Amino acid sequence: MSYQGKFRVWRGDDSGGALEDFTVEVNEGEVVLDIIHRLQATQAPDLAVRWNCKAGKCGSCSAEINGRPRLMCMTRMSVFEESETITVTPMRTFPIIRDLVTDVSFNYTKAREVPSFAPPKDLAPGEYRMQQVDVERSQEFRKCIECFLCQNTCHVVRDHEENKEAFSGPRFLMRVAELEMHPLDTADRVDQAQDEHGLGYCNITKCCSEVCPEHIHITDNALIPMKERVADRKYDPVVWLGNKLFRRS
Amino acid sequence: MPELERHSFDVLVIGAGGAGLRAAIEAREHGMRTAVLCKSLFGKAHTVMAEGGIAAAMGNVNSSDNWQVHFRDTMRGGKFLNNWRMAELHAQEAPQRVWELETYGALFDRTKDGRISQRNFGGHEYPRLAHVGDRTGLELIRTLQQKIVSLQQEDHKEFGDYEERLRVFQEFTVTDLVKDGDRIAGAFGYWRESGRFVLFEAPAVILATGGIGKSFKVTSNSWEYTGDGHALALRAGASLINMEFIQFHPTGMVWPPSVKGILVTESVRGDGGVLRNSDGKRFMFDYIPEVFKDKYADNEEEADRWYTDQANNRRPPELLPRDEVARAINSEVKAGRGSPHGGVFLDVSTRLPAEEIRRRLPSMHHQFKELADVDITAQPMEVGPTCHYVMGGVEVDPDTGSSSVAGLYAAGEVSGGMHGSNRLGGNSLSDLLVFGRRAGAGAAEYVRAMTDRPVVSEESVTEARATALKPFQQEGGENPYTLHMELQQSMNDLVGIIRRAGEMEEALQRLEKLKERAQSLTVEGHQQFNPGWHLALDLRNMLLVSECVAKAALLRTESRGGHTRDDYPSMDAEWRRKLLVCTASGDGVAVEEKPQIPIRSDLLDLFDRTELEKYLTAEELS
Repeated sequence: MSYQGKFRVWRGDDSGGALEDFTVEVNEGEVVLDIIHRLQATQAPDLAVRWNCKAGKCGSCSAEINGRPRLMCMTRMSVFEESETITVTPMRTFPIIRDLVTDVSFNYTKAREVPSFAPPKDLAPGEYRMQQVDVERSQEFRKCIECFLCQNTCHVVRDHEENKEAFSGPRFLMRVAELEMHPLDTADRVDQAQDEHGLGYCNITKCCSEVCPEHIHITDNALIPMKERVADRKYDPVVWLGNKLFRRS
Repeated sequence: MPELERHSFDVLVIGAGGAGLRAAIEAREHGMRTAVLCKSLFGKAHTVMAEGGIAAAMGNVNSSDNWQVHFRDTMRGGKFLNNWRMAELHAQEAPQRVWELETYGALFDRTKDGRISQRNFGGHEYPRLAHVGDRTGLELIRTLQQKIVSLQQEDHKEFGDYEERLRVFQEFTVTDLVKDGDRIAGAFGYWRESGRFVLFEAPAVILATGGIGKSFKVTSNSWEYTGDGHALALRAGASLINMEFIQFHPTGMVWPPSVKGILVTESVRGDGGVLRNSDGKRFMFDYIPEVFKDKYADNEEEADRWYTDQANNRRPPELLPRDEVARAINSEVKAGRGSPHGGVFLDVSTRLPAEEIRRRLPSMHHQFKELADVDITAQPMEVGPTCHYVMGGVEVDPDTGSSSVAGLYAAGEVSGGMHGSNRLGGNSLSDLLVFGRRAGAGAAEYVRAMTDRPVVSEESVTEARATALKPFQQEGGENPYTLHMELQQSMNDLVGIIRRAGEMEEALQRLEKLKERAQSLTVEGHQQFNPGWHLALDLRNMLLVSECVAKAALLRTESRGGHTRDDYPSMDAEWRRKLLVCTASGDGVAVEEKPQIPIRSDLLDLFDRTELEKYLTAEELS
C-alpha cells in the first residue's frame, strides 16, 4: 500500500529560497510530518522542521500544506490523492529562519504584554472554590496548544506587518478573555483588551476559529463576548454589525 | 573562530518541563538570577503529553485519603525499592503543590462542592488525580509558563527589563557541563537556530531534562527524550541509580504504524474502560499477582460495583500498576489472542455513554478519530505496551535534589529513586512539582552559602567546542539517522519489556559496535538549524544511557516492576536491598552494587506485617 508521493517543500532562509521537488515513499496511515521526517532521513538531512510530540498536543509543527495552515502531525496523507503534489511551506506571517522553521517570537512578546492572573487576596491556597460550569468557559480557551496557526491566519497581521505592534492576535485576545472569564481573577481587563491589545482590529471573520486544531470557538466564545463587554463601555460598530449578521442565541 | 557568546547566572535550569519550570520559579523567588535552557520552544516540553492527572492526597472526593495512604500506594507500586524519603516528601507535599497551581491561575475540573475533582488511577487506593479532562499536562505546563511570565512582568515593573532575574533560552541544547575542580562551573551548548556556541557561567545547575525513551523504537516519548541530563550527569562525575527499570505503559496506540507508541491515557481505564482479548474476554482477571490479591476483584461483577462503591468492593484488575498490565497484554498477544494489529482491545464504548466519553476523554476521542479513523464512543481501541518512562536517574539527596557533584542538582524524570522499580500513573506530575521546587531551593541555598565562585577555564571551553564540532570534521562516515534506528531496534528487541541474559549480552555487544561507528559520524550542511547535527550530538547521550540500562538489567537477576526477566521470573527480597549504581568509566559505564537505604521504622509501621513479608527479608523484619 506504499506509493511514491510527490512533494514540493520550501527551502531557504531569511535571504530567500524556493520550492524544491521531492519524490518520497508514503505508507498507509502516515501523516505529512512522517514524510518530512523520511525526507530528512533519506534525502535532505539538513531540512529544518520544528516538531515535538507528534500527537497534536504540543503545537510545534505548524506549517501551510497546500496553502492551508495546519499541524503536520495531524494531517493524514489519506486526505490527498496519490497523484496529487503536496506543497509544504512555512507559516507566512512570521519571519523565516530556515526551511519550515519560522521565528515565532512575536507571540512570546505578546504573551508578556497580557497582565497575569490576579489571584484573590483573601483566599489561601486550597481555599479556592469554583463551580464546574463557571470554569468551563475559560477551560475551553486553555485547551490552546499555542500552535500559532490562528496568529498566522489572521488577516490583520498576515500581510500587514504594520499592525503587529498594536494587535495581539486571536491567541492573546483569547488569553485576555480567558482571564476575564476566570471566576476568581480580580483584574479588570475590558479596557485593556481594546486599548492595549487591539481587539477593535478584529472584524470577526472567524478565520482563526477555522484553522484551530483544537476546535476552540475563538471568535464566538472569546472575541465576540469581549467585544460585547467593550461595547458596554464604548460603542463599537463591528459588534453592532456582528450581532445583526451572526445572531447568537 | 567566532567570538563566544557568554552569560552569567546564579542558577541554570536545563529543561523547561514541569520540574524545570517549577525549579526556576523557586530559584528566582529565592532571589537567584536564573536561566532556563530548553531544546524546544518554551511551553512545548514533553510534560504537555501527560494526560491523566496529578496525584495528590487532597481527599476531595474520598475523605479517607491522606499522605500515608498515598505513601503506601507509591511504595507498593515501586515494589518497595523506592527511596522512602522521596516517597514520603512527595506524598506529604503534593497537595500544597497542586493548590499552589491554582494561585498561578490553573483551572482544574471541579467537584460539586467547588473543590478540585479527583479521579481514579492504577495503583491508587482512592480517587486522587487532580485533572483537566485528559489534558492535565498541558494545563500544568501552561500554568507554570504563565507564572514565569508573571515573574518577568514583576521584573519589568521593577527594573524595566523582563529578563532581569529570569530568562528563558529556548531552542538551545546543552552539550557539556563545565567544572572547576570538583564543582560545577557552568554549561556549554549551542543555539539550535544558528548553531552558535554559548557558554553559561553558573555555580549551580539543575538538570530537569526528562527521560530516555528515544533510545527505544516504540515509545510515547518525543524527540527531546534522548537522556541528555542522565548523560551530562554521568560525564560530570555524578552517579545514576535504578537504570534497569523502564516503564512500558500498557496502552500505546498500535495502528497506524506511524503513530505506534503514542500514549492512550490510563484515565480510559480509570473511568471504566476495560481490556479484552480477541475472544472478547476481560483477561486481566487472570493476571492478578499474589501480592495484590486482597486489593483487586477476581470477578467482573465486583469489579464493576467498585466504580460506585469503593468501600465494599475490590478494584478492577485493569487498574493494577502499569508493569503488571503491560506484561499481561504482552502475554495475551504472544499467546495468539491479540487484536489484528498486534495489541489488545481497550473498550470504553460499551461502558460509558458517548456524551460522557467525549466530555471525560476529549483528547483521546480526537486523537483516535484524527489519526486512526476510530470513534472510541462506538468502537474499541487497539493498544499495546510502549516505552514511556525511566524510573532510573541521577542519585540525589531527597531533601535538596543535590547530586554527588557539588553544584549539580536533578529533579523530575532525570532523577532516580522516588518511584523505585515502577512509577504509578499521576505520580510523575506531582514528582515534578514537589522535587522541582526542592531542587530550586536547594540550588539557591548552595549558591547563597558560597564564598568564592567557580571559574570556567579556557581549556574546558575549547574541549567542549571541539566535541560539538566533531561530526562536521569527518568525511565518508555514516548518517546519524541510520545509527539511531539501529540503536532503537536493538534496545526494543533486546532490552525491552521481557529480558533474557543472552539477549542483553548481545545488546551490549551491539552497543559497543554502535559506539565505535558513532566516532566517525558525518553530518552534511552547516551549523544553522541542522537536525542531522543535532541528532549526532544527541546520539552520544543515548548510547551512554543505553549502556547503563543494558548493563544494570543484565546484573539484576530478578524480576521487579519495570524490569522483567524471563530467566529470573520472580522477585527476590535480597535484591530489594540493593541498588545498582552507574558511573562513567573511560568511554563507557561501570555498574556497582550498593546497599539500599533501610526504610525508617515509623514508615514501615504504616504497613501490615503480612504485606511487608512479601517484600522484605526475614532479617529486615526481625
